[in-house]
Amino acid sequence: MDPVSFITDPLAYGFMQRGLVASVLVGIVCAVMGTFVVLKGLAFIGDAVSHATFPGLVIAYIVGAPLYIGGAIAAVATALAIGLVSRRGRLRFDTSVGVLFAGTFAFGVLLFSTIKNYVADLLGYLLGNVLGIRTADLIQLAILGAIVLAVVLLIRKELLFATFDPLGAAASGLPVAFLEYLLLALLGVTIVVSIQAVGIIMVVAMLVTPSATAQLIVVRFGRMMLIAVVIAALSAVSGLYLSFYLNLASGASIVLIETIFFLVALVLGPRTGLLSRAPRAIGQGAS
Amino acid sequence: MTSAPPPRRAAAPAGPIAVAVEGVTVGYDHRPALTDVSLSVTAGSLLAVIGPNGAGKSTLLKLIAGIIKPWTGRLTVLGGPPGSSAGRIAYLPQAEAVDWEFPVTVAEVVMMGRYGRLGFLREPRRRDREVVGQALDKVGMGEATDRQIGALSGGQRRRVFLARAIAAEPDLYLLDEPVTGVDATTQEDLMDVLEGEARAGKTVIATTHDLICAAQRFHQAAFINGRLVAAGPANLVLDQQLLAETYGGHVLVLPGDGGRVIIDDAHHHDQAPSGEHHYHEDSR
Ligand SMILES: Nc1ncnc2c1ncn2[C@@H]1O[C@H](COP(=O)(O)OP(=O)(O)OP(=O)(O)O)[C@@H](O)[C@H]1O
Ligand SMILES: [Mg+2]
Repeated sequence: MDPVSFITDPLAYGFMQRGLVASVLVGIVCAVMGTFVVLKGLAFIGDAVSHATFPGLVIAYIVGAPLYIGGAIAAVATALAIGLVSRRGRLRFDTSVGVLFAGTFAFGVLLFSTIKNYVADLLGYLLGNVLGIRTADLIQLAILGAIVLAVVLLIRKELLFATFDPLGAAASGLPVAFLEYLLLALLGVTIVVSIQAVGIIMVVAMLVTPSATAQLIVVRFGRMMLIAVVIAALSAVSGLYLSFYLNLASGASIVLIETIFFLVALVLGPRTGLLSRAPRAIGQGAS
Repeated sequence: MTSAPPPRRAAAPAGPIAVAVEGVTVGYDHRPALTDVSLSVTAGSLLAVIGPNGAGKSTLLKLIAGIIKPWTGRLTVLGGPPGSSAGRIAYLPQAEAVDWEFPVTVAEVVMMGRYGRLGFLREPRRRDREVVGQALDKVGMGEATDRQIGALSGGQRRRVFLARAIAAEPDLYLLDEPVTGVDATTQEDLMDVLEGEARAGKTVIATTHDLICAAQRFHQAAFINGRLVAAGPANLVLDQQLLAETYGGHVLVLPGDGGRVIIDDAHHHDQAPSGEHHYHEDSR
């Protein structure tokens, strides 16, 4: 097969077109949000929020409401609840998140177990099935994704200031608490948008891996975000082709390619490159 | 008022009141950190806030900056309630409050000082970049604009943050340990910058652990230890009894050229006697 038809053949299929658009979009939105997730150390929260969407999805399924709505309500509510707990709570932060995380997911599993028949749709939400996305879903995804991107890019400098130096930002008049809740709400929306593509369990990788890779390569915020976006888009496209030709799970393929990018940057990266250290460090890093 | 002997060092200009704190109590999680503090600072002052660790110095600055709200009492900052004039205030956080691993360059950090003036949705313009460059030159960091903030030494980071405060072109500087960890020459340079700002009518309130610096380079001093122990001209810092009261009775100032201060840290400030002295230049 010649290289051109290798690229173009899959595009003859509508599901592949939709899948490509959706996964590239999800990759970009996740990479942009992920830059803040990585810098603020919100990876665990991202994982918690994505698991917390499960009961929302199941309830929406049971009552026949749009799954996006159910998931979005659960995600944003959990994200804001975590924000509240972190500001008011007396427990260690990761402890409270762990409690919320497991509790909400257990509730989802409990509800799920009351559904009589095997439900392929819901399993798809656990593991992602971007090639099965319908046009209507794609439109919702595009709108929500565009909103997240627009908000983040518009208030980029304020979010940057508030993340880097919250006290200094508050003193200069920025509504730091509001920005923090806004960021969490946007994270919730991002996660819901991404679940269709990679599933509840792997969303956190989409959020964290491209930005973490970028952080190994550059030391400037703007460039970090840009590189994360490029990595995410490349991974989305190559992951889908891999999944198309080898008949592999699409979400897992995308995440694995992102992971490979990360490992390559870890080994070769100018900042942390294991190769630039003593030989012993390579042996430890590779094992 | 008694007839005033000539003050021994640069007195504060008797300008309008920049900051007025009246009977303020504030703390964290129901535990007060400052109790019933009253303090007024005239515009153009250079005020050192001194006291032991945990005394509430940072808390006082956060209070004036509007980052935390008083439980009781009243606070007027630049003529309004705290927070109402955020664009005219520059706050420099204690070094521990900042994430130094963050991927921002020196120039980007200093540009943050402009955000309060820029407002939402506005991108920095040429004038902002000029101000940033000048501020960096003022603190002697003009060569380092593209370096990552975490790649600087502790003293260089302090300089950059001071440049950020300068770039904000504020009327009120709130500086939490601006010279901690900087070398002696840099400290002198930074104090020169602050002195210049005070002379230009800006108000500078800075916490410090360097009592000699407080005595020599500041106009006034406020002694804090969970409450206001005393406030007055900066040479009060050499007052044995006040130091004893603030630091818990184990401070020794050796008089002489510039003085030397020895603080015995073995005991601490929890048994400081109560009672509050207000020293005024015209009553001593
Ligand atoms: N974020 C916080 N949460 C809870 N308690 C706090 C917080 N910040 C300060 N405190 C408490 O308030 C008191 C005053 O703290 P503050 O930071 O104002 O002290 P400080 O005088 O600046 O000390 P240092 O010289 O160590 O900087 C301390 O007892 C401290 O334990
Ligand atoms: Mg402090």
